[in-house]
Amino acid sequence: MNNSVAFRTILYKEIRRFTRIWPQTLLPPAITTALYFLIFGKLIGERIGAVHGVSYMDYIVPGVILMSVISHSYSNVVSSFYSTKFQHHIEELLVSPVPNWVILSGYVCGGIARGVMVGAVVAAISMLFTQVTVLNWPITLTVLILTSTLFALAGFINAVFADSFDDISIIPNFVLTPLSYLGGVFYSLAMLPPIWQIIAQGNPILYMINAFRFGLIGVTDVDIALAFQMTAGFILFLSGLSLFLLHKGIGIKN
Amino acid sequence: MGNSVKIRRFRRCPRISHLFLVKGIINHPMKALSIQNLKKTYNNGFQALKGVDLEVDSGDFFALLGPNGAGKSTIIGIISSLVTKSSGSVTVFGHDLDKASGQAKCCIGLVPQEVNFNQFETVKNVVLIQAGYYGIPRKQAMAQAEHCLKQMDLWDKRDTVSRRLSGGMKRRLMIARAMVHQPRLLILDEPTAGVDIEIRRSMWQMMQEVNQQGTTIILTTHYLEEAESLCRNIAIINDGQIIEKSAMNSLLNRIHIDHFVLDIAQPLAVAPVIEGFGIELVDSHWLHVAVPKSQGLNRLFEELSRLGISVMSLKNKSNRLEQLFIDLVQ
Repeated sequence: MNNSVAFRTILYKEIRRFTRIWPQTLLPPAITTALYFLIFGKLIGERIGAVHGVSYMDYIVPGVILMSVISHSYSNVVSSFYSTKFQHHIEELLVSPVPNWVILSGYVCGGIARGVMVGAVVAAISMLFTQVTVLNWPITLTVLILTSTLFALAGFINAVFADSFDDISIIPNFVLTPLSYLGGVFYSLAMLPPIWQIIAQGNPILYMINAFRFGLIGVTDVDIALAFQMTAGFILFLSGLSLFLLHKGIGIKN
Repeated sequence: MGNSVKIRRFRRCPRISHLFLVKGIINHPMKALSIQNLKKTYNNGFQALKGVDLEVDSGDFFALLGPNGAGKSTIIGIISSLVTKSSGSVTVFGHDLDKASGQAKCCIGLVPQEVNFNQFETVKNVVLIQAGYYGIPRKQAMAQAEHCLKQMDLWDKRDTVSRRLSGGMKRRLMIARAMVHQPRLLILDEPTAGVDIEIRRSMWQMMQEVNQQGTTIILTTHYLEEAESLCRNIAIINDGQIIEKSAMNSLLNRIHIDHFVLDIAQPLAVAPVIEGFGIELVDSHWLHVAVPKSQGLNRLFEELSRLGISVMSLKNKSNRLEQLFIDLVQ
């Protein structure tokens, strides 16, 4: 069994899926981002002034990019894998000799591909409003890949347990979006009252956004090493859980 | 090597080549499928399989019949890894489904009851993607996809989005998809359900061709005429247990009574009484006659002529296998 062919087949299928429907997948984040920069950056941001020595517009760029990466890497996998279950063509995969780790890798890499592509679109839009340049490429790219991997895995697990299309929108709407907005996209931790600073540190997305911000503009509210360890830990845990679910056939086999 | 010995090299799964003797010195060296004490209890407590034992010879065209809910689809689901078994073992061409699932899966092609391909993909992509899942490199996959689509008479539709195909074409596409990795065992789960008689007959021909090329076929169907005309061996399952397993011919030979309907020339008010035959009046022009094999039709016609009853035509009341099937599962 040639696993690389199977992996490329799944990845190619996934990339084709979201590029074929680009007005639904790649265009909306471009418009949303332009609105963020216009409203929060340009109109409100000028009254806020500098944060950690950089303009407010520059400060929010990393968070806005990573917020899009998080939501799109998650939604790509959750919608694709759930649709595969819903339309029963998951059976094509289950009857074939593709190992579970290849199935998982294919879908997760599809999510990463969409996350990175959306991230690039948002970054390109941000260039219309700011002049942010990448300060540390290795950290920026590593955080980008790790974050999209983590949320692609989370999307996969959501899809495994989902029984209806409602189930695939609950986590993005009621968990991911609030955590992203409260994860320091538009503000620094130092701007919060002390008690909220402590509460906010329980939000894992805060660490990823700050690590990405550190890579882009050299500013962070958290320990970068801790951010990497936390993200890697979550990836290992979710990978193990996903493989366990696939092995047991939970939510997939009868 | 004599002319009667044909050796064919089958590339059944990537990197697994089999030297497989179709005819000649060794016939069917191993079982295509071996199921032992297979049990399945669903989460709701329903016991779908209660210890099934079944063997299918390599190269066979095998019918698995049973009423709705008997356990046919559960068996097929377990063989094709879509359903998790509760206990028992399944071996496909010597590969245990638990210990060597990759090799076992390489041997199997499944045509399910319901359409289960991505209906937004083109016909060609449906087949190519499946080939990719079996690790077949793109160039080889293209050649095999072309071969399978031509065999199923779908090559002209290769760039059509699959949801635009007719019902019969969708069924043929599922067969082409199942054949793309050249499986040694093809499982057809009611492949002709809901298709018109013309397409059904063309699909029978295709299935026979595939079987003649050396592929073992397991067929489930509710069209018993289909099973009778295509299959060499048969198993009947009812209530999660195999209740009959034999060669089709020997099973049909067990039928001791044939049922006929006679179209008679003159109307009758009551059914005639002839010793040895069960005769009922369906209406004034039709008689239903149960003919034991020991009696034969000649004596029936002699007796009817003697009574002055002219027979215009006759037909079998039902398919022979259908009679047997009903007797067995009731």
